[in-house]
Amino acid sequence: MNPYELTIAQANRQLAAGNLSSRELTQSCLERIEAVDDKVKAFLVVTPEQALVQADEADTIRARGDAQPLCGIPLSVKDLLCTKGIVTTCGSRMLEHFVPPYDATVIEKLKGQGAVILGKVAMDEFAMGSTSENCAFRVPENPWKLGFVSGGSSGGSAASVAALECPGSLGSDTGGSIRQPASLCGIVGIKPTYGLVSRYGLVAFASSLDQIGPLTRDVTDCALMMNAISGYDPKDSTSARQEVSDYSSSLIGGLQGMRVGVPREYFGEGLDPEVREVVAHGIDVLRDAGAEITEVSLPRTDYCVAVYYLIATAEASSNLARYDGVSYGFRDLEVKTLMEMYKETRSQGFGTEVKRRILIGTYALSAGYYDAYYKKASQVRTLILGDFNRAFEQCDVLISPVVPTPAWKLGEKADNPLAMYLSDVLTISANLGGIPGISVPGGFSRDGLPIGIQLQGAHFREDSLFKVAYNLERGLNLPPQRPGIA
Amino acid sequence: MKITKEEVERVAHLSRLNLSVQEVETMTGQLDTILSYVAKLDELDTTGVPAMTHAFSVSNVFREDRVTDSLTRKEALANGPCQNGEAFVVPRII
Repeated sequence: MNPYELTIAQANRQLAAGNLSSRELTQSCLERIEAVDDKVKAFLVVTPEQALVQADEADTIRARGDAQPLCGIPLSVKDLLCTKGIVTTCGSRMLEHFVPPYDATVIEKLKGQGAVILGKVAMDEFAMGSTSENCAFRVPENPWKLGFVSGGSSGGSAASVAALECPGSLGSDTGGSIRQPASLCGIVGIKPTYGLVSRYGLVAFASSLDQIGPLTRDVTDCALMMNAISGYDPKDSTSARQEVSDYSSSLIGGLQGMRVGVPREYFGEGLDPEVREVVAHGIDVLRDAGAEITEVSLPRTDYCVAVYYLIATAEASSNLARYDGVSYGFRDLEVKTLMEMYKETRSQGFGTEVKRRILIGTYALSAGYYDAYYKKASQVRTLILGDFNRAFEQCDVLISPVVPTPAWKLGEKADNPLAMYLSDVLTISANLGGIPGISVPGGFSRDGLPIGIQLQGAHFREDSLFKVAYNLERGLNLPPQRPGIA
Repeated sequence: MKITKEEVERVAHLSRLNLSVQEVETMTGQLDTILSYVAKLDELDTTGVPAMTHAFSVSNVFREDRVTDSLTRKEALANGPCQNGEAFVVPRII
């Protein structure tokens, strides 16, 4: 087995046993990137020199006997997390040359464990999109079938992990941007409870919805990465003062006494029959593992997309006001007046989808429309959270599809923004409610495209989520398959 | 129609965006479709329902007023698209 094929836990054992050094592992991942990334197009920038320096440092730490679980493990990072000294573009021309003077808290935490950063991966501009096609620089492709979308907005993260370029990645999820690409690329991805992971150093899209999380090849690795990045951070005032669990300790035992809810609204019209089949099998697996399966209702599911595209755009229009051409980012240097500096800078720096969302959000917040749109959406959001709270009185974890269909062809939905927004229908409610959700590989379509299964839990109950996810993964026992990148 | 071309132009100005004639045309159609879709929220009675701004409420996040390390002026200016080593330079406004 090539080192780049190892999961984090497997690599860790090899490193601990002295059969492998971090330098060899990192070199192997870099060679893999060299070999396949022309086709997968996950990386916007690869940082081999720095990665090898970090790898050597990790080997030294390990030799001292101080290795933590991510010590010497090469990872990729979505290009909206600030990395000190490494350009952070957010997939936008606006930040094409932006070099952060500091590390995001999650990057600091990874480095603190001795992890190796291989580079920055592609994403939809400002995380706005469902396919990564809105990236200003490079559009990743699905490693299982080139020419198909890898998902979005963390498409580069998912593609890099699925293509075996690295065993794990950090992404962000505002309406499904970790879980959806994880599902479409056949890997694991978790959106943690809002506030569990610090957002300091994350380029903001919609601040009440954004959350950082890992993408990995299995549930065990996902728990290891969550252990490393979770926890209170005084630099993020929305960070929760919450005791952080050891999520790896949830990966044991069966599901006796665990109640798994099936939200009937998630299985409605438009759900691909193959996706339905995969999730139905997942439910059987959990029942066999001892879980009690119960049907529940989330009656406002049908309103989530509408609420999301008002709240997310309103917050985005406010957050993105900072791109004014003054203190960082692109500026049109030709113009003479302040107003034209603002307008030309923003018009040339932002792509079409970002402009569209700024316009919707500005409209929803503008005088005369605020009550009808933003306030109304915020009230319905309260009802949506109420639905979740009632559901979690009847069950511990919810099971559902992640995306209504397997991956589609690049370009297929690019001209129809509403159709694209509607593909997020099953993931955005978790962001609105602030609850955690995880996508676990469930199987494959007859065309060989991965299909994920989503589990959602109550606030800060990642422990339950990991326990059920682990049982699901073990029970499904999918044959080890590797994408045959041609 | 939920939104007219004139309204799109007004919102573009509020957003500090210049849109071409073609962009205004396209955006008007697309925003109209999206706003017509979100109007489905009117089906729900939200009388007396409080607005939710965060998943769980955190209030009065205070810290001690202590001096800690911060960016040097050089670091803070480093990403400026136009700066003179002391300040960001912008078009004359008065």
